[in-house]
Amino acid sequence: MLAGLASVREKIIIKLTKLVNLTISVLAKRNSEDIRCKCICPPYKDVEGQIYKQNVSLKDCNCLHVVEPMPVEGKDVEAYCLRCECKYEERSSGTIKVTIIMYLSILGMLLLYMVYLTLLEPMLKRRLFGHSQLIQSDDDVGDQQPFANAHNVLSRSHSRPNMLNKVEHAQQRWRRQVQEQRKSVFDRHVVLS
Amino acid sequence: MESEQLYHRGYCRNSYNSIASASSDEELLDGAGVIMDFHTTEDDNLLDGDAASPGSNYAMSNGGGAPSSTTHLLDFLEEPIPGVGTYDDFHTIDWVREKCKDRERHRKINSKKKESAWEFTKSLYDAWSGWLVVTLTGLASGALAGLIDIAADWMNDLKEGVCLSAMWFNHEQCCWTSNETTFAERDKCPQWKSWAELILGQAEGPGSYIMNYFMYIYWALSFAFLAVCLVKVFAPYACGSGIPEIKTILSGFIIRGYLGKWTLMIKTITLVLAVASGLSLGKEGPLVHVACCCGNIFSYLFPKYSKNEAKKREVLSAASAAGVSVAFGAPIGGVLFSLEEVSYYFPLKTLWRSFFAALVAAFVLRSINPFGNSRLVLFYVEYHTPWYLFELIPFILLGVFGGLWGAFFIRANIAWCRRRKSTRFGKYPVLEVILVAAITAVFAFPNPYTRQNTSELIKELFTDCGPLESSQLCQYRSQMNGSKAFSDNPNRPAGPGVYAAMWQLCLALVFKIIMTIFTFGLKVPSGLFIPSMAIGAIAGRIVGIAMEQLAYYHHDWFLFKEWCEVGADCITPGLYAMVGAAACLGGVTRMTVSLVVIVFELTGGLEYIVPLMAAVMTSKWVGDAFGREGIYESHIRLNGYPFLDAKEEFTHTTLAREVMRPRRSDPPLAVLTQDDLTVEELQATINETSYNGFPVIVSKESQRLVGFALRRDITIAIENARRKQEGIMLNSRVYFTQHAPTLPADSPRPLKLRSILDMSPFTVTDHTPMEIVVDIFRKLGLRQCLVTHNGIVLGIITKKNILEHLEELKQHTEPLAASWYYHKKRYPASHGSNGKPRSRVHHVQLIRSFQDGRGGGGDDSEEEEVHLLDGSNL
Repeated sequence: MLAGLASVREKIIIKLTKLVNLTISVLAKRNSEDIRCKCICPPYKDVEGQIYKQNVSLKDCNCLHVVEPMPVEGKDVEAYCLRCECKYEERSSGTIKVTIIMYLSILGMLLLYMVYLTLLEPMLKRRLFGHSQLIQSDDDVGDQQPFANAHNVLSRSHSRPNMLNKVEHAQQRWRRQVQEQRKSVFDRHVVLS
Repeated sequence: MESEQLYHRGYCRNSYNSIASASSDEELLDGAGVIMDFHTTEDDNLLDGDAASPGSNYAMSNGGGAPSSTTHLLDFLEEPIPGVGTYDDFHTIDWVREKCKDRERHRKINSKKKESAWEFTKSLYDAWSGWLVVTLTGLASGALAGLIDIAADWMNDLKEGVCLSAMWFNHEQCCWTSNETTFAERDKCPQWKSWAELILGQAEGPGSYIMNYFMYIYWALSFAFLAVCLVKVFAPYACGSGIPEIKTILSGFIIRGYLGKWTLMIKTITLVLAVASGLSLGKEGPLVHVACCCGNIFSYLFPKYSKNEAKKREVLSAASAAGVSVAFGAPIGGVLFSLEEVSYYFPLKTLWRSFFAALVAAFVLRSINPFGNSRLVLFYVEYHTPWYLFELIPFILLGVFGGLWGAFFIRANIAWCRRRKSTRFGKYPVLEVILVAAITAVFAFPNPYTRQNTSELIKELFTDCGPLESSQLCQYRSQMNGSKAFSDNPNRPAGPGVYAAMWQLCLALVFKIIMTIFTFGLKVPSGLFIPSMAIGAIAGRIVGIAMEQLAYYHHDWFLFKEWCEVGADCITPGLYAMVGAAACLGGVTRMTVSLVVIVFELTGGLEYIVPLMAAVMTSKWVGDAFGREGIYESHIRLNGYPFLDAKEEFTHTTLAREVMRPRRSDPPLAVLTQDDLTVEELQATINETSYNGFPVIVSKESQRLVGFALRRDITIAIENARRKQEGIMLNSRVYFTQHAPTLPADSPRPLKLRSILDMSPFTVTDHTPMEIVVDIFRKLGLRQCLVTHNGIVLGIITKKNILEHLEELKQHTEPLAASWYYHKKRYPASHGSNGKPRSRVHHVQLIRSFQDGRGGGGDDSEEEEVHLLDGSNL
């Protein structure tokens, strides 16, 4: 279990560094496709309504620059263009790409971890320790006594000798917390119902 | 009546006197270092002699808090015990104590400031940490909101198809540079493939429709399933909207892990899934929770905030403002939301910090630009059409609709949630989510208005029909024969498109109303703002179009003749949609000012303030007529959170002694004596009872109050002493006094617990009217208050006792007219008729247990409600 956790953390770190690199490279080159000027021209005389998109800068974003080919004759251009509405829009495709990839990777990792926690771990535990210990380890939540609680508080302030112990301790505590939360939300319905 | 009030007032003045005397004598004696043997002192003499003592001591000593200033000065040699002054899960904080702790810390830093450059830097850092933490919170919540917006948009479009050229683009972004120029094809582009096109190879036809239908349901179900699984496995606290809980937390309640790292992560991830699954929910409420999680996590970086629960709540207030700011793109609205809806304690300093946090968050979101429209929200609209006075009538009607909807929704949703809470049906959260998601998806797909994202729906309904619009809602007849330019003539007869849209909108309205009731409260992150706004917007748009057609066909009516000339722009259906949205949201949440500001910031039109105000106010009135509570208060009550609402008035005439515990038939109040307990006895008292604090009295014979000690602090202190001090045995004497009591020579070393004793507990006399007690609790944020009679502890009132009492009074609202009768008859004077003091024992009404403290008869469901109250008694 510990090894699994360590490897997950390692993976996270690797992924994060990759992501940072990706972000930097994406932000460095500004994508020229990320700006557009969109002109929507309503129907005029016998010309259908049209939408024009051009990759032009903000100061050129008007009907005369964007609408081409011009569907009407010379003297009607002004009247036609008055009805058109041109909007300059910007986006950052790099941000979108990074966000989606980051989101999906976090989601994927969480799903893997979830599968590990719910399916693999009980199986491994059963194989390693046998059935009896599994039951015992579920039972040892002893914070019903008032003094056990104080014990917890005080021991929290002591520094742990080694890193591994600390990680495992933190994980145990987290699991106990989640268990407690699950009990209060789903079983006892005291919060968030 | 008047005389009665005078009587009360007289009593309450007495009670303040008694506070002054009770605490001041102790302080005076300590300061002088005089050892006074309390066993031999005649209590009454002391009390009488004290009547003239200066009242100025009261403020000083009462401000002391747990390790009060005097204790600190005297006990500076003792190092503070780690963990003392913290709180357990599901406990209420003591605002007074926390604020005192903060002042103490501040004084310490200030006095050290001049000592060295390092100390000076530290003091600067301390002064700036408030701004730093809100800046970080704003940055983080803006960034997370951007992430959620982008990911939710993408996932939502994933239900329909995928962008082949770049997988990570949603439909809109995918067709960014496409050259489809006609109106008919404006939403199509070759890069975007629907699932039917990908799988079957054809875009049209019944086969592809069924394929798309199937894929839509498939994705909706898998998103919902993933969301509920993640919530269940990693962070159960991530479900729901979070605003009721945040309100409770901000009022001074501890829910450990509710604002933690895992909750933040899971809420962010699953919120996207939940929104994308097409369930009738929004991301706005959960964004407030996400922002508060950020605030809580960042406050751990700064000792000023991490160690003080009251200060932390200031950060959380600012964070909730940032959350609304990014949810609606309304920074000012966010600040007002924090002030009006969620915050309990909101000083000016917090107002500025909230303002700043909202600003930073909005700035970050704006620079991320998640929607590609340079706006903070998808449904940003801009109108410049005027409105006319007669339109106030439909606006007010919309307000009535909003109020009715709000009242109906609250009733129905609470009934459904109570069912979930109390019956076996609540045991299957995953199944429930899947079921609701399946029903939603099956019914949503055929109707284009429910198929699309709710934010997009709101945007479409808000948008006014100009010549540039091509949606079905804008297919007016004049536009259909497109040979003439009609853009200047807005009031047109409706075409078949509009009529089709009408009945589709009606179906969508019914669908949304039903589904939202069953969706809010599912075990996935689910906000209420967007569905409520959608319902209002649909209703508003329907009314708007109806008005428009009315004006077109009957433009010779008196009303329309006055304002709507033929060909002039008269009625804007989009504005009706906006007003309807505000009204429905107002009906559900009962917000007023902040809601109007939020909607106003969405539209950027000052001229619509009056319609919005009229509609929101009407909806609040109508809603209040059916029940005074908004949806968040109702959920707080349903869950039984200890939330003392500052908005409600207390009008009953009960007295403190009717509310205090122990009650008449309860076992005696568990008290500690100041110097004749052993460690073993103390432990036994703690183990046998479940109370969270114990009054400390002089001795069993004289029940005079010394102070108050919290259970948690006692257990921590004993455990600490066992570890660090030698010679502490089970039969060691425990003393709370300044100096150790005289002991036999062979006895083990005594244990001094003075540092954990709160020597200035708040006290009222037994005849204090509850109006005053409730006011004290609200304004000072007390956790408990001791009830004394002539300086003798009679009982204790906690915040939860008050809430139970309010609940009781709500059930039998008969006026308790006879209350004055009690204090004439029941409590005999402490001096008997012969002038001799009576024995003390009779005065302490040592009655029934706290556990079943609820007096009046309540059925099972109500028993359930107060479960949380009972679970932790303080």
